[in-house]
Amino acid sequence: MSVLTNNLDLFLSGFGTTLRLFLISGVLSLVLGTILAMLRVSPVPVFRAVGTTYVTVVRNTPLTLVFVFFVFAYPYLEIIKFDFFTSAVVALTLYTSAFICEVVRSGINTVPIGQAEASRALGLTFGQMLSNIVLPQAMRSVVPPMVSTLIALLKNTTVAAGFSVAEAGRIRDALSEQGENVLVGLLWVAAGFIILVMPLTLLQRILEKRWSVAR
Amino acid sequence: MSSVLFDIPGPRARMRYRTLAIVGALAIAALVGYVVYRFADTGQFTARKWEFIQYEQIQIGLVTALGRTLSAFGLGAVLAMIFGAIFAAARLSDHAWIRTPAAVIVEGFRAIPLVIMMFFFYYGLPSAGIKMSAFTAVVLGLTLYNGSVLAEVFRAGINSLPRGQSEAAYALGMRKTQVMVLVLLPQALRAMLPTIVSQLVVLLKDTALGFLITYEELLNWGRQLGSQLQFGRPYVPTMLTVAAIYIGMCLLLTWFANYLEKRNRRNKKVIKLDNNKAEGIVLGESMGAGVPPGAGTL
Repeated sequence: MSVLTNNLDLFLSGFGTTLRLFLISGVLSLVLGTILAMLRVSPVPVFRAVGTTYVTVVRNTPLTLVFVFFVFAYPYLEIIKFDFFTSAVVALTLYTSAFICEVVRSGINTVPIGQAEASRALGLTFGQMLSNIVLPQAMRSVVPPMVSTLIALLKNTTVAAGFSVAEAGRIRDALSEQGENVLVGLLWVAAGFIILVMPLTLLQRILEKRWSVAR
Repeated sequence: MSSVLFDIPGPRARMRYRTLAIVGALAIAALVGYVVYRFADTGQFTARKWEFIQYEQIQIGLVTALGRTLSAFGLGAVLAMIFGAIFAAARLSDHAWIRTPAAVIVEGFRAIPLVIMMFFFYYGLPSAGIKMSAFTAVVLGLTLYNGSVLAEVFRAGINSLPRGQSEAAYALGMRKTQVMVLVLLPQALRAMLPTIVSQLVVLLKDTALGFLITYEELLNWGRQLGSQLQFGRPYVPTMLTVAAIYIGMCLLLTWFANYLEKRNRRNKKVIKLDNNKAEGIVLGESMGAGVPPGAGTL
């Protein structure tokens, strides 16, 4: 307990950075993932090919490799300079958006074709069909896996600890410098993550139960 | 293409799509062209940056590093499957004193980030007097995390078999163990095989986390070679090489998972599961290359 109480500042700022990283890259990857999903369901073959290539490549690349690329190799391309935090946000966003894209796309695909055909037959415009017919139904099958993806993003932020971002995974370095018990410190970090993840898992289960529609 | 959102195009829509295709292709070509230009402009394609690959020492280093990645993957995969099988059985047990601790362990290990687990084994345990190599720490972390996910996959697989299967088996007078081993498990395994292989892709990707605890695997090889001044700091070339190897290996496994799934769909012996719950677990919880839920329904 003393490890936690003596270094409360350290733990709070660590988890604060983790949450900041999670929120920023979460929002950005939701945006990018939705754009990618739009590309993947678009009627234009070129856009579909781009979306598919991106998703295939990124989903088969380890996150650590994306991080190493942005922290060590990317500066040699001399495009725009990033600090460590921005690099972490970029790496997490690029990685997570591929998974968000798949969740959104498969959600749209669960809507029966008849629904859209019926709405077109009624003369609804594309926007009306999307907002009144397709998206409300797609939401139900999108949200539970989306929450799981965001949980995974929250856990993945710890990879940034290896790349000079002072977040929860980095607490260990600070503790070992101060000569504190690293073992107990890491147990507290793990407990912190369980506390953060459990409510999200519960939320996901509740949504899944409530929204699982029988078709 | 998704026919949910778009009708079959008429002449005007076709024209519009064609224009969009040309504009899009130009935009993408411009983007790719700019990136390639940046690569070329900073000299990433010069022979000097790539000459490292000609040295025998470095080639041997690459193969050794790849071997380390694969051995962590192989051992981790086997142990994770054993762990998953044991804990899935425990969570399906009729006795609450087995079921509850198993549930706590599985849920706990799924909630803790794998990096923190590896840090715990590699940096934390030595202060309690237990020292382990980076390899052991990586394999242990992979086993506990992916084993827990696999336990959920196995459990979901068995739970989503039609009720009639176990009811019929019980009616024939089988014990619970017999019902599990002879009736439920073979069917569930067969139906779950693509999902399990997808989880193995995640495991393979996660071996790269060993980089963070100085396990000398493939990524570490690329990072160390990239910093060598005598080859002109070839970070970009080594990272491209490493990425190509990882993507190649993962694509092979993904392709294998897809092949198994296609075979399952053809095979009449495989019972179609009630829902895609297990696939949802793999997709969401571990960000794997799992089959997205609902992908099989259309």
